[in-house]
Amino acid sequence: MNTVFKKSDPGREGVWPERAHKSAAELLPAGLLRTRPAGLPSLSELDVVRHFTQLSKRNFGVDGNFYPLGSCTMKYNPKFTETVAAMPGFTRLHPVLPQLGGAGRLCQGALEVMYETERLLCEICGMSAFTLHPMAGAHGELTGVMIMAAYHKDRGNKKTKIICPDSAHGTNPASAAIAGYEVVNLPSRDGIVDPIELAKVLDDSVAGMMMTCPNTLGLFERNLPRIVEMLRSVDALLYYDGANLNAIMGKMRVGDAGFDVVHLNLHKTFGTPHGGGGPGAGPVGVSERLVPYLPISRVEKLEDGQFYLNYDFPKSIGYVAPFYGNFGVVLKAYAYILRLGRAGLIRATESAVLAANYLRKRLDGVLEVPFDRICMHEFVATACKQTTCGIRALDIAKMLLDKGYHAPTIYFPLIVKEALMFEPTETESLDTLDQFADDLMALLAEAAVDPALATGAPRTLPVTRLDETRAARSMELTDDL
Amino acid sequence: MIPKDLKYAKSHEWAKIEGDSATIGITHFAQDQLGDLTYVDLPKVGQTLAAGAEMGSVESVKAASELYSPVSGIVTEVNAALESAPEMINQDPYVAGWMIKVQLTGGAEGLLDASAYEQVCAEEAH
Amino acid sequence: MPYVPHTPEDIRRMLGVIGAPSVEALFAEIGPSMRPKSFDLPEGKSEMAVLAQMEDLARKNAVSQMSFLGAGFYDHHIPAAVDALSMRSEFYTAYTPYQPEASQGTLQAIFEYQTAVTRLTGLTFANASVYDGGSALFEAAMMAVRQTGRRRLVVCEALNPIYRVMLASYTSNLNLELATIAHKDGSCDLAALTAALDGDTAAVLVQNPNFFGTLHDFGALFAAAKAQGVVSVITVYPVLQAVLKSPGEMGADVAVAEGQSLGLPLSFGGPYLGIMTCTRDMVRQMPGRMVGRTVDTQGRTGYVLTLQAREQHIRRQKATSNICSNQALCALRSLMHLCLLGEEGLRRTAEICIERAHYAAERLAAIPGVRLLSDAPFGNEFAVSLPVSAYQAIDKLTSRGVVPGFPLGRYYPGLENALLVACTEKTSKEQIGILAEMLRGMLL
Repeated sequence: MNTVFKKSDPGREGVWPERAHKSAAELLPAGLLRTRPAGLPSLSELDVVRHFTQLSKRNFGVDGNFYPLGSCTMKYNPKFTETVAAMPGFTRLHPVLPQLGGAGRLCQGALEVMYETERLLCEICGMSAFTLHPMAGAHGELTGVMIMAAYHKDRGNKKTKIICPDSAHGTNPASAAIAGYEVVNLPSRDGIVDPIELAKVLDDSVAGMMMTCPNTLGLFERNLPRIVEMLRSVDALLYYDGANLNAIMGKMRVGDAGFDVVHLNLHKTFGTPHGGGGPGAGPVGVSERLVPYLPISRVEKLEDGQFYLNYDFPKSIGYVAPFYGNFGVVLKAYAYILRLGRAGLIRATESAVLAANYLRKRLDGVLEVPFDRICMHEFVATACKQTTCGIRALDIAKMLLDKGYHAPTIYFPLIVKEALMFEPTETESLDTLDQFADDLMALLAEAAVDPALATGAPRTLPVTRLDETRAARSMELTDDL
Repeated sequence: MIPKDLKYAKSHEWAKIEGDSATIGITHFAQDQLGDLTYVDLPKVGQTLAAGAEMGSVESVKAASELYSPVSGIVTEVNAALESAPEMINQDPYVAGWMIKVQLTGGAEGLLDASAYEQVCAEEAH
Repeated sequence: MPYVPHTPEDIRRMLGVIGAPSVEALFAEIGPSMRPKSFDLPEGKSEMAVLAQMEDLARKNAVSQMSFLGAGFYDHHIPAAVDALSMRSEFYTAYTPYQPEASQGTLQAIFEYQTAVTRLTGLTFANASVYDGGSALFEAAMMAVRQTGRRRLVVCEALNPIYRVMLASYTSNLNLELATIAHKDGSCDLAALTAALDGDTAAVLVQNPNFFGTLHDFGALFAAAKAQGVVSVITVYPVLQAVLKSPGEMGADVAVAEGQSLGLPLSFGGPYLGIMTCTRDMVRQMPGRMVGRTVDTQGRTGYVLTLQAREQHIRRQKATSNICSNQALCALRSLMHLCLLGEEGLRRTAEICIERAHYAAERLAAIPGVRLLSDAPFGNEFAVSLPVSAYQAIDKLTSRGVVPGFPLGRYYPGLENALLVACTEKTSKEQIGILAEMLRGMLL
């Protein structure tokens, strides 16, 4: 399909505003102006509508396709949250309003949403306070580690290392490094963190440990109470990667379990579709002792019921976002929590875990499941058996695309060879899970007889497999290269 | 695929030592593990290298790996052709795919001979 | 229960296959010491009830005020087709395009976005976007630090203070030196900036138009930077890029921008869009995702995520950044916005914004006691000095339904009387007249 730039035809009128009386050349010195046009396309509205409608048809999305992409929580998100985020009373609100002295009175509704969302997240996670500022999960990680660093600095602790288990989310080491820490990788045993291995790397120089629980194998970290104790003994903080909170809502609270910091991916658990890669939101919750270090500003409530922003936190890590995070995403999360309520959130977790275990059992024996025990919201299988007849995890993924399913996450976590990570989520019906399991089994049976069926997939999509090496070597990153 | 006349580092670089100069590249085993290379970042002429220290990196579509200098010395020449054709390392890692030439400032202590390196590869392949 | 489809019979069957006696049994590994001490949340509500509650909250926000607020974030008209198209579920319920064959829509759109933003900035490469303009600026600074191996950043004080405080937070653990060069009456002090560059400087960071709305040609500064091996970083306002000299024409190495003004509502601070573009020399330092064009096994054109070896999932702690997503939907909206306006539409928008701001400046400067902070050229935003505190003026006018602008004293001590006033194509001449009359009345 041609790029939109190739469809341009000079002279076609788009959605133009009225013409100014004076041109830029009459309003500004020539030396400040560009000498030739930027090169944006000239298209009619229908040209644009048709181009993007056709592009959209070259995409899988949750609304049209089962999307068991592990670690990504591709569940169905209800439409009413979009209605909320599009209310003009929110979309038209300028973010600097609270900085205009008394003008906080002009945005009481928005401040109330922020205040109440923080309170709800505190109760869901058992934390003392939340900040909504981080704009994505990885941004939450960075914010969380910066808060940990501020805590140690304030106490005069000389800490230089952060421990990252090999079963943690892949972003954790990069986040710790960008916050200035040396990263210590911790190998797991039987799929979970082993206190004996932990003891080998734990000393006074450790600032904290970043855990994903359930971890990327979908397993619950059974040794958690022991791990908490060990870290406390050296004044190290425990970080919870709460990207996939739909595994534990109402069953465990991060704060009660002894964690000091947690980030949530609101777009995974709380009602925001992923948008093809963003935007999301990555709020961070902290225990009591870390509250002074939260980012500026913080929303507070006065005795008269008015809300305002407090900018006066001398020990704060400062600003991680221009304003209050991705407010549009926070709105959706707030509305979603109100809609589900206590029982609904618990039920979401129970169903997510039930569906994952059901699919695990249905696929058992067809794909190998290296840690074959009760999992949480997801599980990891391996295509090791299939590799003997020349079929890899990648090939299985591509066969699924031909059947109209998005593939599971493949080759992650790195600790399982030929990994296929499935997360069915709580919103998929039993019929969908059964059909998927039946289809996958049939595909694998056919491919075992004729591996070319797998290695040549996909065949029914707009393109077949793409030459990624050529892309990386030629670096054609724009239509002008 | 492991030439007898070269010396090897455990980190999979080779060095061809001739008098007080050495030619350096990565081994067949290394390029095979990385897959089709898409980019090489090499040190510049005149740069001083210490044995065992990082000297650059290589990238493929799905992997990246640091390069460690197998010897100490000063870079005298860089294989400029690799910049636009990193695939030469995949095709011919020991000859056309050489990376840099170095004026040695030390010996080749600690480097492995072909048979010792073969063992390293055999262990890693498991 | 809404959105969870399993009936009691389904659950019974599923537990049977799993071999578990109850759903609770699936959580047996969570020991008693880890169980919630409380889970005190409200009970759920119907969709209708939640929407009503949210409508009530939305009404508590005074968005019907006439507003001259900008400060880097602007209220532009968004063509209706942007909403209609970006809400197609194939786009907004997709994940990151990890399976390219099933994601050509998202991937081609990002490729086109990368093309559009490089054309605006006049540089060669772009990434698929980062969180916002502030994080884009920080990431640009880090590109320079990695490229040069130097640790000093020279920052113009007239660069948006909201970004400067973010930069200070992010760099606080990284052993970097921030040298801030004072502005002169809202203009960048080009001589002082040039003098501040040295062999230890990684980057010089400037903005056009700067926070005061003032316009500059940074060509000479960037040439001086190049001579010292310093990376030139500029952050721009994409709408005005339709007419202003591009970062590429000025010789910048990295150009970033807040993309909010391209099809994204203000939404109280986000989600926004961090645009990042750079020269060929800098592309290996670029953080985040990038999409490249290639071919499939049958020779057909297709698009993939590329140069991923820089990224966190491969490089782990050695990655160029910890960013592992982009603002895909926001980038898509900005692309749609740019396509719907086109070259002519964006140029007209820029010209109206500038024209209205010049008209407003003329009207306000005609009020006794009010003067422009400087006579330097400006775009769609300018600073005026009032005979009273800007806060006082804002307070009085706001209570009468007009938000007259932003108080510069909030970030610039000594400028307590200065008000930053912005116009867009949505600001009518009548509204400007009302602002001028109200301000005149207040100052009488």
